[in-house]
Amino acid sequence: MSLGLQARQLACERDGRWLFEGLDLDVRCGEIVRIEGPNGSGKTTLLKLLAGQLGDYHGELYWNGERFHKVREHFLANLLYLGHSPGVKAGLTPLENLAWYQALNGDKGDEEQCLNALFHVGLGGFEDVLAGQLSAGQQRRVALARLTLTRRALWVLDEPFTAIDRQGVVALEKQLAAHVQAGGSVLVTTHHALAVSPAVRCVQLG
Amino acid sequence: MWTFIHKWGSPKWFYVMSAKLQPLFWMVSLLLIVTGTVWGLAFAPADYQQGDSFRIIYVHVPAAFLAQSIFVSMALASLVFVVWKIKVADMAAKVMAPLGAVMTFVALFSGAVWGVPTWGTWWMWDARLTSMLILLFLFLGVIALRGAFASRDSGSKAASVLAMVGVINIPIIKYSVDWWFTLHQPATFTLTSRPAMPTEMWLPLLVMVLGFYCFFIALTLMRTRNEILRREINKRWVMDLFQEAR
Amino acid sequence: MLNTPAQGGLWIAFKATLKRDATLMFRRRGELLNPLVFFALVVTLFPIGISPDPVVLSLIAPGLLWVTALLAALLSLDSLFRTDYDDGSLEQLLLTPQPLAALGLAKVVAHWLFTGLPLAIVAPLLGVMLALPAGSYMVLSLSLAIGSASLSLIGAIGAALTVGIARGGVLLSLLILPLYIPVLIFGVGAVQAAINGDGIAAHLAMLGALFAASLLLAPWAIAASLRISING
Repeated sequence: MSLGLQARQLACERDGRWLFEGLDLDVRCGEIVRIEGPNGSGKTTLLKLLAGQLGDYHGELYWNGERFHKVREHFLANLLYLGHSPGVKAGLTPLENLAWYQALNGDKGDEEQCLNALFHVGLGGFEDVLAGQLSAGQQRRVALARLTLTRRALWVLDEPFTAIDRQGVVALEKQLAAHVQAGGSVLVTTHHALAVSPAVRCVQLG
Repeated sequence: MWTFIHKWGSPKWFYVMSAKLQPLFWMVSLLLIVTGTVWGLAFAPADYQQGDSFRIIYVHVPAAFLAQSIFVSMALASLVFVVWKIKVADMAAKVMAPLGAVMTFVALFSGAVWGVPTWGTWWMWDARLTSMLILLFLFLGVIALRGAFASRDSGSKAASVLAMVGVINIPIIKYSVDWWFTLHQPATFTLTSRPAMPTEMWLPLLVMVLGFYCFFIALTLMRTRNEILRREINKRWVMDLFQEAR
Repeated sequence: MLNTPAQGGLWIAFKATLKRDATLMFRRRGELLNPLVFFALVVTLFPIGISPDPVVLSLIAPGLLWVTALLAALLSLDSLFRTDYDDGSLEQLLLTPQPLAALGLAKVVAHWLFTGLPLAIVAPLLGVMLALPAGSYMVLSLSLAIGSASLSLIGAIGAALTVGIARGGVLLSLLILPLYIPVLIFGVGAVQAAINGDGIAAHLAMLGALFAASLLLAPWAIAASLRISING
């Protein structure tokens, strides 16, 4: 089955200023698309927009060839978005954090899977420590564990390499590569030079 | 209907058309307010109980009416903005809020002044005055919320939601305040609620109310036009306009 | 590779969000006590500020208890969405396949369980200290329990609108307090009616109606407000 996110003549205005205009963008399966641009060029806004967070834009967005707002639920069920902030609750343990994210998807949740995912991101043994006691990089890793835990076709990642050490970066790059090889797609912004085997397509903003 | 909404939703169209309507409303409002004032102050009969002090009614009641209507119009404009994303509606809602707050204040102030000869005090927790006071806070809340956002667009949307929440609450507040007031054995006498007012008293009042409404429309048109220019300053047609003016 | 949206997941998500917020609040027990301590402290100020005379106190007790409880509930509202906003989980809440209104409601329910309900339970104790006339204690608790549910619902709209604003606390009170007035009127009215020996049914029915209306409308306003705030 084909999957795809298309933007046609996408434009975004904020307070009378155009962040970007006339943007055409295609994200197909098995593809990593990287959004590039200087600070303040609207990368994060574009990502939020493509993740269905923002309602007011000009132009048209399509998911699998259908208009966005018609298939919103289907789209969200296939999207994994990681924003600037990791979305990890300091007052909960990594395990509880992941369990909540699973439940949000309407999933009963499986502790075994959660533990596995935490182990995968190098947090084995930390599952019962409050996330507030973990380092910033470890909190990031809790968020990244969702990539393993939740099977989603489209990943939208805003600066996923922030605060992660070198090994973590290598592991994440591998994971991105594996995801697109399996037919998924990735939309990413990063200042980090991506070393991923399939070609990364770049889209320039600003 | 659709084309009508969309035409008026275009800032340029609104700017051009309102220029034609605006003088008309100014003229009518001036005429009505002057007529109503002279009529009410000089020709209408004095009240048998309150004497001449009742003539404050000719400011108090129109201001109170208008204040409530402004909140409703503001909420309607907000609804139009939220549903159809028509920016002119938001601009209108924005300029209406301070005007509504001022009108509410005028109603409260005239009510307080009226209280001196009737109740012998500047302030009574009278049902009508209490509702007006709450309305003032609602207006101030909408204004403050809009101003608190760093992004103008977010401020607009937030203020719209609050205006709509507020307008749903206004009747509930009014009803509950009335209930509260009757529970606390009201003063035997409330401002303005009188069995039957003779025609020669309420006719000038009607003229004043209409005059206030026209004044509100004229002022809203004027201030919305200013807001349009402020927001669309970088648009082609506004630049052309300034070129012509020069 | 593609998922279809899971059916019947809403209840699971609702329960999980409720449980999560409850866990979080329970882990910060100290903060949980704050509204109650505030309630007791402010109530203590009044006999000192006005008069220790039981006759005077019993006269003002119903209104005083209600106003103080209302303010205590208001104080705790600012943090309702704030931490979620700061750590990014609010953003994630917006992107679940579940309706945001329902998940927002789950958070409000948790808030009520941990602030409104305890306030309603503690209120009779403070009523004793204010010489609240006998026969009105149950009504005080009941009216506070129903009323504070409306307060949480209405207040959450304000909290959602101001969550993106730094130091939105004072603004929140300006937005919300006028909307609290009907609840206050009927809440105090119920207690007063119980003291006077009048029927309390009408007041409680009105409180119930206010609650039903806020339960029906507030979640949508909360959802809309959260969407606005997250983009601020």
